[in-house]
Amino acid sequence: MSPVLGAALDRVDGRAKVTGAARYSGELNLPNLAHAVLVGARVPSGRIIGIDCRQASVADGVLTVLTHLDLPRVAARPKLFPSLFGLTAHGQSFFPMQDDVVHYAGQPVAMVVADTVERAEHAATLVQVNYAETPSVTLLDQGRDQTYEPAKIFGGLLPGRNPTRGDPEAGLRDAAVRLDVTYRFAANHQNPIEPSTTTAVWDDLDRLTLHDATQGPTATQLSVAELLGLPPTMVRVVSHYVGGSFGAKALIWAHPTLAALAARRVGRPVRLVLSREQMFHSCGHREEQEQRIGLGADRDGRLGALRHDKTSLTSHYDDWAETSLEAPAVMYAAATYAGGYRLARGNTITPTFTRGPGAATGMFALESAMDELAYEIGVDPLELRLRNHTDVDPSTGNPWSSKGLRECYQRGAELFGWSGRDPRPGARRDGDWLVGTGMASAAYPVAAPMNPQRARARMYADGSAVVEAGISEFGTGALTAMTQVAADGLGLPFDRVRFVGGTTDLPNIAAAVGSAGSGATSSAVHLASTGLRDQLVGQAVADARSPLHNADPAGIVVRDGRMCLRDSPQTGETYVELLRRNHMPDVEALGVWQPTPPDGGGHGMFTFGAQFAEVAVDADLGLVRVRRLVGVFAPGRVLNRRTAHSQLMGGMLWGLGQALLEATRMDPHTGRWANASLADYLVPVNADVPDITIDTIEVPDSVVNPLGVKGVGEIGIVGTSAAIANAVHHATGRRIRHLPITVEDLL
Amino acid sequence: MRPVSYSRVADVATAIGTVAADPDSTFLAGGTTEVDLQRIHVARSKRLVDINDLPLRQVEELPGGGVRIGAVARMSDVAQALPVRRRFPMVSEALLLGASPQLRNMASIGGNLMQRTRCGYFRDVAAPCNKREPGTGCAAMTGVNRGHAVLGTSEYCIATHPSDLAVALVALDAVVLTQGPAGHRQIPADDFYPMPGETPDREHPVAHGELVVAVEIPPLPMASTSNYLKVRDRESYEFALASAAVAVSLDAGVVTDVRLALGGVATKPWRARRAESVLVGAPATVESFRAAADAELADAVSHGMNAYKIELGRRTIVRALRTVTGDARMVSDDGNPP
Repeated sequence: MSPVLGAALDRVDGRAKVTGAARYSGELNLPNLAHAVLVGARVPSGRIIGIDCRQASVADGVLTVLTHLDLPRVAARPKLFPSLFGLTAHGQSFFPMQDDVVHYAGQPVAMVVADTVERAEHAATLVQVNYAETPSVTLLDQGRDQTYEPAKIFGGLLPGRNPTRGDPEAGLRDAAVRLDVTYRFAANHQNPIEPSTTTAVWDDLDRLTLHDATQGPTATQLSVAELLGLPPTMVRVVSHYVGGSFGAKALIWAHPTLAALAARRVGRPVRLVLSREQMFHSCGHREEQEQRIGLGADRDGRLGALRHDKTSLTSHYDDWAETSLEAPAVMYAAATYAGGYRLARGNTITPTFTRGPGAATGMFALESAMDELAYEIGVDPLELRLRNHTDVDPSTGNPWSSKGLRECYQRGAELFGWSGRDPRPGARRDGDWLVGTGMASAAYPVAAPMNPQRARARMYADGSAVVEAGISEFGTGALTAMTQVAADGLGLPFDRVRFVGGTTDLPNIAAAVGSAGSGATSSAVHLASTGLRDQLVGQAVADARSPLHNADPAGIVVRDGRMCLRDSPQTGETYVELLRRNHMPDVEALGVWQPTPPDGGGHGMFTFGAQFAEVAVDADLGLVRVRRLVGVFAPGRVLNRRTAHSQLMGGMLWGLGQALLEATRMDPHTGRWANASLADYLVPVNADVPDITIDTIEVPDSVVNPLGVKGVGEIGIVGTSAAIANAVHHATGRRIRHLPITVEDLL
Repeated sequence: MRPVSYSRVADVATAIGTVAADPDSTFLAGGTTEVDLQRIHVARSKRLVDINDLPLRQVEELPGGGVRIGAVARMSDVAQALPVRRRFPMVSEALLLGASPQLRNMASIGGNLMQRTRCGYFRDVAAPCNKREPGTGCAAMTGVNRGHAVLGTSEYCIATHPSDLAVALVALDAVVLTQGPAGHRQIPADDFYPMPGETPDREHPVAHGELVVAVEIPPLPMASTSNYLKVRDRESYEFALASAAVAVSLDAGVVTDVRLALGGVATKPWRARRAESVLVGAPATVESFRAAADAELADAVSHGMNAYKIELGRRTIVRALRTVTGDARMVSDDGNPP
């Protein structure tokens, strides 16, 4: 590997982004563009008994008003399926405006199309809808007496109950120390700065182009094509820059298809931008939930039993739960284990992926409980983790593809200064502030798509290369990292390579979700680049005029565009010399990566890390302020240390938000979110950001993918909230078993 | 957006005349709240009269130690103005703890005083709200009311007044100067904000076409060491859960004069007169401060999620008084730090 791989290079698109030259899906100026605005249901449950569009229809500039009475029926009922798998990826098994039933507040009941967005917004307020409202369930407490155990969750991919190991009831019964605690979680919303937006354009040949803000251009293409009854060949998706997502754009919701239907109706390009308020009920959310943890341990803290049960609210038509049990189930060497999901049906859109889906809540529960156990038996919390460390995946007995967790603990403890910690709660004071420290483990599954991942590399005779794959860039730094992977694979300087993504015309890559984007894309890019390099080397050794004629390809290396013998570097020639001599304008290769099977071919595949936090709690006012965070992670290979650092830091700040600020609050009477704005849904601001130290342990991993990339997208959030809550306990002696932790918990 | 007309005026008389002549019009200053409310259809003016060019931006020292602040002066400029920082630091602090730098660079002093509540139900036109639509009820009473008031509430409204600046002005007995078709008026800041009572839609005494032109803060020597304490979930860019503006004069450890007002816990910028009366003549001890806080919150009423605000309000008062009187002297009877 060349030094370019992993180097902390500047973002290739940084200048375009900060100068505004980068165009986002909602910024395209198209001739004759019209604007669609959705009207959401004001009640959470019932039927539409009357809908009067007369005033709206005659308002200035209005082109059409569509309701369930006249919107065309979609060609297929959507089926919820995670986009990681490369197929259609509908966010929920329901499409709005097909009948008069209201399943949740905010469900689109009408769509106004006008010549300007302001006129469309105004006309949308003139649509009069009358409802026959029926009783609703919008809070877990309201549905608690009617929960059920789903056969499957997660689009039918995972069982509703995890495989049981041994006899956990006996394990708990016989344990010297038992813990049975329940943790509650507020609903969370993703809240990317760019709201979801689609611009739909039909051409003269009835082909559709969608400029869509999405984590997966192909997912949009296949999903919309299915709903419109079109072959995918007739639907093209363009998505170069996306203004953040955090899961909101991981699956495909109704708005791209609605934009396409509106554009077809008015015979003009149509842009549909969701308002900030609509973002709260149009793209899923992290469901309100509670998790019960049972721990059984011996006096030394060695776990004999782990029981983990989750109860959460889902929609009326999908069995969705974020997979909170997945990481905790393999975290420690518990001899026995049981865990399952229970759901309550509610008047809500189907919940979805949100920042560290599953692990962010599941690991809060487990790591809070482990801290409680540490105090119960009087063992240092870090020592307790080490005593329960497992060198194999406890759910299967298989080895890990790579781990590095012990190194993360050690490095994190050094960076933080953990050793010598006075375990007594409430013992440190700094003026009005009580100061405490806490730690937690982190684990996040290494997922991979099921379908082949493809990229194409083309070198021109001047020695420059373009490498292409159909991904969007939603802030991760993917364009930069993939340029580095391509430069490394081709043996070219970084500035001679351009990586291009952003449309479904390019080789297919699954949606970048579940921290799997860099693993999937880098694999395809690496194989395309090295494939092209090998092709050129092969051509050189076969070329009687080449200095490398008849050389062993295995003995040839490429540096800065020059192929030469490893043992005799003066013997060689450049790509340019080879191509020009042979009158070749370019050379191209396709890279195809067939991902590792989900079971890792006999390996457990997780990314691990360790989190440490220092907090100060105002003894009188109950304010919690985080003073320091240290996170050390073992994400396999890091492709760009700077963008990886940014992603890990962002993840830790998500965790800070989850711990102390983020809550979408449901009005129990209206069945609507009561704080659907960025003024009322609080996320951390710069002034909340503490001193953050991040380090990585680069563990080689030959199992997960060709470059051993495990991903840095979400591991940063996992465990942060638990470390903060454990630090709050250390500071105050108070164990807060819900998130977020706010002033009223600590008065 | 609904059709809205817009004009820009350069002198006060034209501004007043233009708005007074059109019942569907309103003044537009920084627009940091007004435009939002227009967009979500809570404010429904059809004509916006832009007053940013009016010559009302000065911050002037008044003879005797007071300050006069023009109504179109920006929050950020006023916060940095030397007379304000020297004579009334609580005003400067209240301004700097409000909103964000970008908003403070646009938002005007008059607009700050006239800003509407952040109650989510007030801002949601589909929800019942006696303040927005009299007689429809109050969804906040049994709804999500974690941010709502515990002082000055009525069975019609529990919305919190959002301004930090107004809390400081009420503590300082500032006077709001207006000019309208009927002439000039001087309205004490405390009277500028009525209690909601049965008419929460009546938020101030300013008539249609009447313009806030300035605020005058009268001299108060002890205010030169005043401060503003703001308690909130996040460190910046958020409204107060509880706040206190406080100035104290001590003589040999005894409170001789005090000004105390609360924000975040009341339906209006809340002058804490009960607490003030407990404090005057009392030793500047934590015990006195607690007694004052208990007296002030004695009649507080909560509605579920905001129950914590009663205790938080008390503690905010105690902390603000401790801070302004100097922690070093503050040792409670048992000898422990408070």
